[in-house]
Amino acid sequence: MPGLMEAFWDALRLIALGDADLWEIIGLSLRVTMTAVGLSCLIGLPLGAVVGAFRFPGRTALSLILNALMGLPPVVVGLGVYLMLSASGPLGVLQLLYTPTAMILAQMILVTPIVAALTRQVVEDLNEEYAEQFASLGVRRMERVAALIWDARYSLLTVALAGFGRAVAEVGAVLIVGGNIDHVTRVMTTTIALETSRGNLHLALALGAVLLVIALLVNAAVMAVRHTAQKVAYA
Amino acid sequence: MRDLTDFDEAGLAAPPLLETRGLTFAAGGRRLIDGVNLTLRPGRRVAIMGPNGAGKSLLLRLMHGLLTPADGGVLWQGRRLDAAARAAQAMVFQRPVLLRRSVLGNLSFALRARGVPRHLRPARAEEALARARLTGLARSPARRLSGGEQQRLALAMALAGRPWVLFLDEPTASLDPASTHAVEEMLAEAHAQGVTTVTVTHDAGQARRVGDDLVFLQAGRVAEAGPVASLLDAPRSGPLRAWTEGRLWLPDR
Repeated sequence: MPGLMEAFWDALRLIALGDADLWEIIGLSLRVTMTAVGLSCLIGLPLGAVVGAFRFPGRTALSLILNALMGLPPVVVGLGVYLMLSASGPLGVLQLLYTPTAMILAQMILVTPIVAALTRQVVEDLNEEYAEQFASLGVRRMERVAALIWDARYSLLTVALAGFGRAVAEVGAVLIVGGNIDHVTRVMTTTIALETSRGNLHLALALGAVLLVIALLVNAAVMAVRHTAQKVAYA
Repeated sequence: MRDLTDFDEAGLAAPPLLETRGLTFAAGGRRLIDGVNLTLRPGRRVAIMGPNGAGKSLLLRLMHGLLTPADGGVLWQGRRLDAAARAAQAMVFQRPVLLRRSVLGNLSFALRARGVPRHLRPARAEEALARARLTGLARSPARRLSGGEQQRLALAMALAGRPWVLFLDEPTASLDPASTHAVEEMLAEAHAQGVTTVTVTHDAGQARRVGDDLVFLQAGRVAEAGPVASLLDAPRSGPLRAWTEGRLWLPDR
């Protein structure tokens, strides 16, 4: 297949030469995904920790809902956010449709349940070990949540990673609310989809390779952090 | 029901610190603690013994307020056990529960939970480290310590809040003789400073070392109670006699 090989070499050249368009797309992808994951962690970590650490009416139902929301189809989330932000929608006045902010919002809705549900599991297990000691010491509620999150920090890093993986690879929601507008809302996944359908395989391949490398690097970084931590401070 | 553990027949001793009245705890339809009356006077050292499943750990948790009794109750200085009373108690568990932090981090956490003001914490932590002979290990990860060091840290964390009563649930069950000795030394120091201790143990030698009084439990009830030495040397009740002879107590025979 000469066409495919040619596209492959083109892709390598694009990466090696640091093509400006390519880097713009990669940069926006990372900015949107990291912001979304960061905000999701701000909400999801405490939410999951509270559900994992305390008994209250409706706790089981809440856990169930969080677990179910982990499997939200991105296109459905995209559609929902689209309806909210469209000119006739309740948040239409904000004029956020087809902006990176809308994409961040959609990814947050996808990632927050993942972070919250996995955090609940991690914190629940840890709390089982700590509960009597906390009760004996008279640790106050909010201190308990903070201590559980801090002590589970390396497991929770993996939780954030799971959220990152979901967000960075996601295409349906960002395509609907972002619109894949060149130089505005074009990210890696939407470009791959577009360029493939156009037959521009070299750019699609280049982006696919970059996406894989990013996933690999982020995972390697987290593994390194965990490994060091287990060696020095965290047992 | 008569309180077998109240040895103050002349009424001369200090008023009780903690009393249990008809204390009962049930799970799965079985009474695991069954009407226990117990009086704990300040400065006494009580050892609790009994076969597996007698309810020793449960009794400790009920007195410490970690479990809610099905019936009866725990009185602290004649009043209901509340949060303030709980703050005057501490507990050491059989398996030390340590946070995933440094030795010093664990002590600071305990001091903070106990409401010790921030500016007093470093000095108090230093003092606790010295007491546990862990000063050189302050920066080490707590969960990388040896079993003996971990239990000394757990004990130091419990004592850091300066409790009046300290409950210990088989604190040396998995320790070697030297580590056991170190823990018992810390206990003796605490007692010398006026801390009342209640220790669950399976070891008669330890009961003599860390107890003035012995409470022997059998199937959730107090089978026998009294001064440690006289009880162990001349047991009167069937369960304790069986235990000292190394037999299972079979009540039907």
